[in-house]
Amino acid sequence: MMSGSFFAQQDGPALLTKELSASRPPNLRDYAAERARFDWNNAWARLDGLPGGAGHNMAHEAVDRHAAGPRAERVAIRWIGKSGARRDLTYGELKVATNRFANALFSLGVEPGERVFVLMGRLPELYVAVLGALKARCVVSPLFSAFGPEPIATRMEMGEGRVLVTTPALYRRKVAGIRDELPGLEHVILVGDEPTEGPGLHAWQPLIEGSSADFTIAPTDPEDMALLHFTSGTTGRPKGAIHVHGAVVAHDITGYYALDLHDDDVFWCTADPGWVTGTSYGILAPLTNGVTSIVVEAEFDAQTWYSVLEREKVSVWYTAPTAIRMMMRLGTEAVRGYDLSALRFMASVGEPLNPEAVVWGEEAFGLPFHDNWWQTETGGIMIANLAALPIKPGSMGLPLPGIDAAVVRRSEAGDDVEIIEAPMVEGELALRKGWPSIMRGYLGEEERYRKCFAGDWYLTGDLAKRDEDGYFWFVGRADDVIKSAGHLIGPFEVESALMEHPAVAEAAVIGIPDETVGEIVKAFVALKPSNEADEALRKELLGHARRRLGPAVAPKQIDFRKELPRTRSGKIMRRLLKARELGLPEGDLSTLESDEQR
Amino acid sequence: MTEEEVRQLACELLSDIAPDTDPSALSGKEDIREALDIDSMDFLNFVIALNKRTGVAIPEEDYPELFTMDDIVAYVQR
Repeated sequence: MMSGSFFAQQDGPALLTKELSASRPPNLRDYAAERARFDWNNAWARLDGLPGGAGHNMAHEAVDRHAAGPRAERVAIRWIGKSGARRDLTYGELKVATNRFANALFSLGVEPGERVFVLMGRLPELYVAVLGALKARCVVSPLFSAFGPEPIATRMEMGEGRVLVTTPALYRRKVAGIRDELPGLEHVILVGDEPTEGPGLHAWQPLIEGSSADFTIAPTDPEDMALLHFTSGTTGRPKGAIHVHGAVVAHDITGYYALDLHDDDVFWCTADPGWVTGTSYGILAPLTNGVTSIVVEAEFDAQTWYSVLEREKVSVWYTAPTAIRMMMRLGTEAVRGYDLSALRFMASVGEPLNPEAVVWGEEAFGLPFHDNWWQTETGGIMIANLAALPIKPGSMGLPLPGIDAAVVRRSEAGDDVEIIEAPMVEGELALRKGWPSIMRGYLGEEERYRKCFAGDWYLTGDLAKRDEDGYFWFVGRADDVIKSAGHLIGPFEVESALMEHPAVAEAAVIGIPDETVGEIVKAFVALKPSNEADEALRKELLGHARRRLGPAVAPKQIDFRKELPRTRSGKIMRRLLKARELGLPEGDLSTLESDEQR
Repeated sequence: MTEEEVRQLACELLSDIAPDTDPSALSGKEDIREALDIDSMDFLNFVIALNKRTGVAIPEEDYPELFTMDDIVAYVQR
């Protein structure tokens, strides 16, 4: 166990200490010393780079370099299908499959830098497509398969998607109807057995089989764009966060430090690659670290998950608060009877993990959950409860080596920040610029990107506190973005879809707390005259929103209002609706011009 | 409840949650979560409503026995 010396003051919340294995010490043993010693150049030295000094390509670090060495026969990805079918891809096989896909893209005339979108469930081809497109130096943008047509169209139009890899069923249900809005979408590659005919439609299997197994990755500048991850803001369209090939150095070292990946680990990240966690840690970090990565196609179900942990002898597990809370509802008894002796480290991300859930891990698995924090823009884990240190349940943990975090106050002009040194004082969480996986921009939105920075600092939009020991504690969002099941949902995107319904005059969307998923999306709707606010219309609006937005984004609840509260400048006051919904103080109402009418 | 009554009730509850779908068109063996595009939150709400309307207690460990229409009917009738 860690000595108490690091924790000079012990008046903060309780510490959860743990026994560390002597036979397998954590990668990051001495936090203070490692931070002092850390240099990104040493992190780069863990990677190989392309042969002949031709730069760094994510797929080379994740796949090809292992395929060329002693890990060639090791299972890189073990896929477990819904029906229980299993498919293993060794590093050697993954190299060949991704080579074929890279060649297939070139055979279609797709150029480096062009955007390849992927929209599908967790099928092996998804992983091959992402890594193959990176080899071809295309830019990959993964979409969540539970998105409806509208979020898909917005993102593909903004991202100028030239290629889409999806399944026939998803194509029919979600893409065929918006094809006209996407004139730049030239090729749709369909994974599955169904016959596919239509303009620009290609079946995956013949395309891959007709492509060569040999491919040489062309020189890749670590500053070349590699990934485009969409995230949501309060206003306007979603933001396309740009990440470069060099971000792989952060994926790799954070997998080593924060997830404590060791060479012989079996790692399971439960996140879907449609969200940034499922790409950075569901694809890249385990592979750069050369471990075996488990991919489970089925959606969450506690017993299925426990049997995966048991059967696959998962040793490191990275999951999310929503899933953990669903498992808690089932109780510890449900875990008994499974042999989970291989499991040695558990981590969680997506939203703050409540202290009860951290402790529940101990009861159910004999191990605590290590919460960590990061966001789409940071590209990788920034702050974490670490294997070698006691956990503070409810906190995000400590900044990783190479990462400087602070709680700050923005200056009036917004161009500078003042660092709050006093412990447990609330402010905005900020990170000092300069780590390799920080976003390089929001696609086509220079102004929005610039607003994220002040002086040397990247401002996260999250409110936080820092305690005497340097642990960070999440307080809330600085804006109106909704966080449901760990995913950010922009109220504006939901409101816009509702407003497209002919009966809707205006809409305001807020998140209301839910003990399992964090927040659920709730909409307040004012109708145009001559529309009846009844149950039939409520259902119609719900269906309308689900059709356009998909279940992951559509509101779960809709309430009618005659009028929504507005400021003098005409902005709807979401904050006031939320305060009233939750029975909280209404706060400063000096800008309120017209109040809501029920 | 008869098989037909359970099926009808399940369809009604599912269409409250996903009004954009037609649960009555489902085959008995399809996974309702996938076929109707309902997420875990939606599914939970469905189970709660099913419990309320039928009076059948549904402990959480039984949720996997409610993923298809045939299974729902069998569960409620048992």
